[in-house]
Amino acid sequence: MRFLVRRVVFYVVTAWAAVTINFFIPRMIPGDPVQALINRYQGQLDSHAIQALYVLFGLDKKVSLWDQYWQYWGQLFRGDLGISFSYFPTPVSQVLRSSLPWTVGLVGVATIISVVGGSLVGVYLGWRRGTKADAIVPITTFFSSVPYFWLGIIAIAAFAVTWKVLPTGGGYDGNLLPSWSGAYVGSVLQHALLPGLTIVLSSIAGWILGMRNMMVTVTSEDYVTVAQAKGLSERRVMFGYAARNAILPQVSGFALSLGFVVSGTLVMEMVFSYPGIGFRLFQAIGGKDYPLMQGIFLVITLSVLVANILADVVYVLLDPRTRQEA
Amino acid sequence: MSNVPVDTALEVTPAAAPIVVRAGAKPRRRFVFVRNGKSVTGLAILGVFVVLAVVGPWIAPYDPSKVGVGTLLAHPSAQHLLGTDHIGRDVFSQLLVGTRGVMVVGVLAAVIATLLAIAVGVTAGFLGGAGDEVLSAVSNIFLVIPALPLIILVAAAVRSTSNLTIALVLAGTGWAWGARLLRAQTLSLRRRDFVEAARASGERTWRIVWFETLPNLTAIIASSFISTMTFAVLSQTTLAFIGVANVNDWSWGTVLYWAQGNQALARGAWWWFVPAGVLIAVLGMALSLVNFGIDEFVNPRLRLAGLKPREMRKRGIRPRIGFTATVRDLPRRPEATR
Repeated sequence: MRFLVRRVVFYVVTAWAAVTINFFIPRMIPGDPVQALINRYQGQLDSHAIQALYVLFGLDKKVSLWDQYWQYWGQLFRGDLGISFSYFPTPVSQVLRSSLPWTVGLVGVATIISVVGGSLVGVYLGWRRGTKADAIVPITTFFSSVPYFWLGIIAIAAFAVTWKVLPTGGGYDGNLLPSWSGAYVGSVLQHALLPGLTIVLSSIAGWILGMRNMMVTVTSEDYVTVAQAKGLSERRVMFGYAARNAILPQVSGFALSLGFVVSGTLVMEMVFSYPGIGFRLFQAIGGKDYPLMQGIFLVITLSVLVANILADVVYVLLDPRTRQEA
Repeated sequence: MSNVPVDTALEVTPAAAPIVVRAGAKPRRRFVFVRNGKSVTGLAILGVFVVLAVVGPWIAPYDPSKVGVGTLLAHPSAQHLLGTDHIGRDVFSQLLVGTRGVMVVGVLAAVIATLLAIAVGVTAGFLGGAGDEVLSAVSNIFLVIPALPLIILVAAAVRSTSNLTIALVLAGTGWAWGARLLRAQTLSLRRRDFVEAARASGERTWRIVWFETLPNLTAIIASSFISTMTFAVLSQTTLAFIGVANVNDWSWGTVLYWAQGNQALARGAWWWFVPAGVLIAVLGMALSLVNFGIDEFVNPRLRLAGLKPREMRKRGIRPRIGFTATVRDLPRRPEATR
C-alpha cells in the first residue's frame, strides 16, 4: 500500500509540475508574447483573438503573478483551456474532446500489442540465446533507429501509393457518416491498420531488447537452475520462474518510456492525417495556435500519467514485495 | 526515441560495474568499454558522419538552396546523384549540407544534457536523504512528461529557432534518463570498500567524487551520452520535419519537410524522401551499436564470448538457460573481466 501511496503522491506532483510549466513558459519569454504572436501572424489575427490572448497570458490587467496563477488553476478546474485560434471561436477543450478518442484508441491498442508482443518475443530470445533467433535483434534495432514518421512515409509509399491496398490517411472514409454501422466501423479499422502497424513495428524493438537482456540476466540466477534441476517443465521454468522476475523492469520501464512512445505516435498521426491529437498539434503548429498547443500538452501529459498509474497497479499485482505492508 | 528500454540492463546490474585496475608499469588502457567489435563499428560510422559534417558544405556539388540547378523532380543521374526536388534543387547537396546541422545539434544537446545528468545524478546519489528525494523526483517528472509536446511548446514560444536554441531545448528535456542511471550507480558505488577507505583516510568529498567515483562511472556516462545523442538526433529531425525548427536551415528533417509538403509520395519521387531516412537510420544504428558494446561490457552476461550460433551447433553445444559460452575465442581483456 505504501508503494501505491508514494506513486500517487508522485503523480500529483508531476501533474502540478506540468500545469505550472504550462503556466510559466509563455510568461518567461522576454518581451510581449502576444505581440510576438501577432507579428508571426502578420496581421491576420482579429481583435477578439488578440484580446483572448491577452487574457490567456494574463497580460491585460496589472494582477500579481500569484493571483494569475490561482486564476489559471480556477480556469483549468472549470475545464476552460482558452480559445483556439485556428478553430476560432471553438474552445480548445471542445477541439480536444473530438480528437482524443482517436488517439487513445490507436495509440492504446498499438502500445498494448507492442508491449505484450515484444515481451513475449524477448522471453523467447533470451531463453534461446545464441541460436539463430538472435538475428531478430539487429533487424528490430534498425526499425527502432528510424524515426517513426519516416517509417510511416515509407509505409504509405508502399501500401497506399504504389500498391493501392490501404488508404493513405484520415480516420475513416469521407463518404460515411459516423455511426455504429458495420461499414463505418470497418472503414475505421481499415484506416487504423497502417498507422497502427507502423507504430508497433517501430516501438516493439525496445521491448524485445529490454526483455531479452533481462531474461539473459535472470536465467543465470540460482533459483532458475534449481527449478530446472527439480525437473519442472521447460515452459513452467521459462514463464513461472524466469520471465516473471524478468518482467518487472519492463513494467517500470513502460511507465518511463511511454512519454517517448506517445511523442513518436503524435508525429505518426501527422503523417497519416489521422484525426487525433497529434494531427491537431500539427495544425496548431502551422497556425501558431498557442492555446491549442498548451491544451494538447496538458491533455497528453495527464493521459500519460493515467497510463502510468495503470502500469503501477500491474506492478503491484506482479510483485508481492510491494504488497508486504498491506 | 524508442531506444530507451535498451538501457535496463545497465540499471539493474550495478554490481557489474567497470573496474579499471591500474597495472604497475603497463600503460593504462582507457575506454576499454568501447573496445569491442560492436562499439568499434559504431564509432567508425560515427566518424564518417563527423567528417561529413565538417567537410559537407565544401564538397557539396551545388548550392542546396539554389533553385533550378536541374530540371524539376529529375530522377537520380550522374549530374544529380540523388535527383532534384520540386523546384529543381539538388537533393544530394541538401543532405550533405544538412549533416552539419544534425550533428551539431546532436552533439551539443548530448554534451549539455550529459553534464546536467552528471551534476544531478551524482549529487543525488551522494547527498541521500531529502536532497536525493527532491532531485530524483525532478528527474522522474522530466521522464514522465512527454518530451515532444513540451519541446514544441517551448520552441513555439521562443523567438528564434536556430540550431543552438533547439539544442538547448533538447538538452533541457533529455537529461533525466542519464541522471537516473547515474544516481543508481553512484548509490551502489558510495558504499563500496574503496570509497569507504578513501573517506576513512580523510579525503575530501570533491576528491572522492572526482577521483574515486567518476572514473568508475565512465561507461555509464558514455552510454547516457550516446542515448541522449540518439534522442537529440531523432527529435531534431522530427522538429524540422513538422516545421518547428527553421525550415531554411538545411538538415535531414528539412529535406523530409519539403518532400512531405510537396506530395513527393504521390509523385513517386522516392529519391527525395528515402535517402534522408536511411541516413537517420544509419546514424541511429551506429549509436545503438556503440551502446550495445557498452552494455555488454557493463553486463558480461550479455556477451556471447565470441561463439557464433553455427560454431556452437558444430561443437554440439545446445544453448540453454543459465548458459555461459566457453571462453576459447574470448578477446583478451584482462582488466575488464575482473
